[in-house]
Amino acid sequence: MAAAPKSNDAVIEARSLRIAAIAKDVLFTAILAFVVLGPILGLKTFSISGSLALEQRWGLVAVFAAIAAGGRLAYHLLVWKGPQARPSKAATASALPVMNFGKYIAPALLILAIALPFIPGVDRRIVDLAILILTYIMLGWGLNIVVGLAGLLDLGYVAFYAVGAYAYALLATIYLPAWFGDGIVPWAFFITLPIAGILAALWGVILGFPVLRLRGDYLAIVTLAFGEIVRVVLINWSDFTGGPAGIGAIPRPSFFGLPFIEGEGGFAAYFGLDFKPIHRIIFLYYVILVLALFTNFVTMRLRRLPVGRAWEALREDEIACRSLGINTTSTKLTAFAIGAMFAGFAGSFFATRQGFVSPESFVFLESFIVLAIVVLGGLGSQIGVVVAAIVIIGSFEVFREMNFLKAVMPAGFDPVQYRMLAVGVALVLIMRWKPRGFVTRREPSVALKEKKAIPTDLVAEGHG
Amino acid sequence: MEYFLQQLINGITLGSIYGLIAIGYTMVYGIIGMINFAHGDVFMVGGFVSLIAIVTLGITGGSGFFPIILALVLVVFIAMIIASAYNWTIERVAYRPLRGSFRLAPLISAIGMSIVLQEFVRIAQDGRPKPLQPIVTGGYEIMSRAVAQGEFIVRLSNMQIFIIITTLLLMAVFTAIITRTPLGRAQRSCEQDMKMASLLGVDINRTISITFIMGAMLAAVAGLMFFLYYGVTDFYVGFLAGIKAFTAAVLGGIGSIPGAMIGGLIIGLIEVFWSAYFTIEYKDVAAFAMLAAVLIFLPQGILGKPEIEKV
Amino acid sequence: MTIAGQDALLRVEHLTMRFGGLTAIGDLSFTAARNEITAIIGPNGAGKTTVFNCLTGFYKPTEGSVILTHGDGKQFLLERMDDFRISQRAKVARTFQNIRLFAGMSVLENLMVAQHNTLMRASGFTVTGIFNSPAYARANREAIGFSEYWLEKAGLVDRADDPAGELSYGGQRRLEIARAMCTKPVMLCLDEPAAGLNPRESEDLNGLLLNIRQEQQIAILLIEHDMSVVMGISDHIVVLDYGEKISDGSPAEVRNDPAVIRAYLGVEDEEEAEAVVERAVAAVAKKPAGQKMAAKKSPTRKKGVRK
Repeated sequence: MAAAPKSNDAVIEARSLRIAAIAKDVLFTAILAFVVLGPILGLKTFSISGSLALEQRWGLVAVFAAIAAGGRLAYHLLVWKGPQARPSKAATASALPVMNFGKYIAPALLILAIALPFIPGVDRRIVDLAILILTYIMLGWGLNIVVGLAGLLDLGYVAFYAVGAYAYALLATIYLPAWFGDGIVPWAFFITLPIAGILAALWGVILGFPVLRLRGDYLAIVTLAFGEIVRVVLINWSDFTGGPAGIGAIPRPSFFGLPFIEGEGGFAAYFGLDFKPIHRIIFLYYVILVLALFTNFVTMRLRRLPVGRAWEALREDEIACRSLGINTTSTKLTAFAIGAMFAGFAGSFFATRQGFVSPESFVFLESFIVLAIVVLGGLGSQIGVVVAAIVIIGSFEVFREMNFLKAVMPAGFDPVQYRMLAVGVALVLIMRWKPRGFVTRREPSVALKEKKAIPTDLVAEGHG
Repeated sequence: MEYFLQQLINGITLGSIYGLIAIGYTMVYGIIGMINFAHGDVFMVGGFVSLIAIVTLGITGGSGFFPIILALVLVVFIAMIIASAYNWTIERVAYRPLRGSFRLAPLISAIGMSIVLQEFVRIAQDGRPKPLQPIVTGGYEIMSRAVAQGEFIVRLSNMQIFIIITTLLLMAVFTAIITRTPLGRAQRSCEQDMKMASLLGVDINRTISITFIMGAMLAAVAGLMFFLYYGVTDFYVGFLAGIKAFTAAVLGGIGSIPGAMIGGLIIGLIEVFWSAYFTIEYKDVAAFAMLAAVLIFLPQGILGKPEIEKV
Repeated sequence: MTIAGQDALLRVEHLTMRFGGLTAIGDLSFTAARNEITAIIGPNGAGKTTVFNCLTGFYKPTEGSVILTHGDGKQFLLERMDDFRISQRAKVARTFQNIRLFAGMSVLENLMVAQHNTLMRASGFTVTGIFNSPAYARANREAIGFSEYWLEKAGLVDRADDPAGELSYGGQRRLEIARAMCTKPVMLCLDEPAAGLNPRESEDLNGLLLNIRQEQQIAILLIEHDMSVVMGISDHIVVLDYGEKISDGSPAEVRNDPAVIRAYLGVEDEEEAEAVVERAVAAVAKKPAGQKMAAKKSPTRKKGVRK
């Protein structure tokens, strides 16, 4: 920027120039908002006797244009750094030093998680929400292996989730009872879990193998395409997958053989408790908690083993890896397979929790949400994934609760409708603020004297 | 034979639309090395804006030849302007601030924008498919053949002629711009080496913005034609069309405009022929599988150059 | 002049590399002996890095063969092997012109990655490693010890836990060499290890390389422009120009070879050539090396440079 002006006149002139520039920019924003929002927002089409008519809502457009202009003005007054604001080093360095109080956050969260269902005031809704968040945390930890550690951009992770879910659904409703009789059904979940994982891992290898040579965006798009192929096949192969309606009446989990029903032979009767529907929910909660912690444990172990180090080295520089004798093909496949396996586990859990599976649950949006959780957390960081999952999934739910807004806004306003929109906007904004995620340090897997955190500025983000 | 010919015509028509969208992808990828994930949704917005403009103008199939032509030209311009505004905004909000270092952040940002666009249109326009009575009607019968149920007639509709001619025109104009104007030179130099180009005085930001705008204009026209051709549009068409158009861009060789059009034609033909001779349910799978096959076996595409990484 | 009567560790025979219409290397043949430092020099664009890429499997040569013979007589045809197998089986290690460290990992981690294959076997390909088997724990400790050994040689022990991207340029170069040595190679290929180093750092590098040659009984292949390094430590020099060999012999022989002088100086007149060479030789004889015979490449020194 220009050197400090030396006289009062110069100061006034500089300031008025700046005011003029700001005013021009705000005006431009308002006009742009008008152009962008005008047609779609201002002229709403609706069907009337077979053809379309228009409803004019220019007032709404004016309001939003004003909001946009106001936002831009606020941005200029509060945040303006220069003609082109670049994501500065300060943005990443001054971030939450989660590494440092990661030591305290992690155990605290763990204790909270274990005790959650028994905290007074925690009702079924909260446990349900916790189950949902834990599922996404597990998915995030699984994808973290592929994207965060190995640096492979996978946009089709939901495919493995689907494999796990449908594997459990089909085995539990059709095949296991056919092969082993109905008595097996209460145990179906625990038997199917490893099978689902293996199937998903296998699928990961099959999918991974052809795409290994691809880099960056190309790998992302191909994995996205594979995810969509899986979904379309699920919708259309009705004989096998039940088509768009999916598979229903999936057996609920039992407490190691004791079903969660009222009366004789049930869980409650066995332990001398009054039957409450929430028992099953709490059991589900602990199942997903154990699964998630297992995922975490395995990931952290693997990181310290040569295979995990090879993943991270792969992310840093593939050619250097090859020059050191590392077979990068099998390294990538291992990352894909293990990541897929955890998604398979999570899928099985999802099927048993929901009681039915349908292709609608496995859209690209799910892959994207899990990816956003991983990126937002900070690649490779376990605690980051937890924080990001709580933030993203939590905010989804917050929208359901925003009933107070209904009082303020015009009639017919349904906050739930705006969930996805808000999440999209939030992600765009968060990416501007924290492009490398919440956690900004990386912990080395081995140390000679003591582990020193490595700033993520230095860490490569991988090109596949 | 007649059936084949009809599918050929249909495929070329659909392929032209995909090709126009694909050109937008390839131009943006060529210059900033990133896929504009929201490009498909710009196409969708272009279609919606066209729809709204047509309804506003009150044009219907019976309005008469010249009024229709004039109205369509006007609608094209309006759609181009609005779509350009969208794409320009997307570039400024999702790509420019994150240019340079980290790859995943702009990707997430762009997908976020894509979601925002889809949701915005869904909420603002209430999410139902929007049908419209055909505007450009009539056509020509090319051949016919007697079959068991009566006659099979190969038709070339006016709409199809309109689409193909418009596409050829736009291609010629844009290719001329790229190869003969200073703007085109600036673009090509940015594609080759952005740092060097900026050191030589090329205004990178402006060049990139204009590239996004050009891509949007083509997508807007594609949106108009898509919805005129099929008679209906909804907020989700962008996603699928986007993936298919990106497949086309890669198939033709990313960075090559004629390649994008060729890729588009191939994808359109594959989709139409697959639906005609196999099953219609898996036609999207055919496109996705094509994408995977292209990237695996021919990553540089038909007209592209193989990239050798410097060791 | 060929090396006669010594173990030829590496034999390159009629190596040719063509990219489309461009012949980057034409019918190149030379040998490199065990316990020797062989330098490949030549003006810019002579094809030196291309030779390396052919030797280490990053390019597949158009014609010719590259034969590596281990001490136990086992032979490897490098022109047919994949790049990572060349490192894994044939035990050929290399460094890169543009440093390729794992900048986001610590110095120690870089060296541990180099010992990947040994550790993988010890961890039962991860299966037994998950349960922390004693065999793996022992192998891990040994690997750390081995890394420490090389860190000391490279003078980087007190930076062991720092991010590799934060080392000085000279430190990064030495780390790359240490990392290559951790793969326990029989042949080490160094691509311009002295590029961008100041004279003091070049001396440290010479010391490290001479030490390696002495203690490790391996062959070192060296691409270099810095004549103080080349003349100071090479036992054998191969000179390339436009992809073809124009000289091959001991440093003294190569220094006085008129073909070499012509290629570097572009000088036709013999008297003028002699005068220039005299000045250059006199300058090289002074320590530390001040004048250089050929244009010295100095890539920008940036911390954390990748690729």
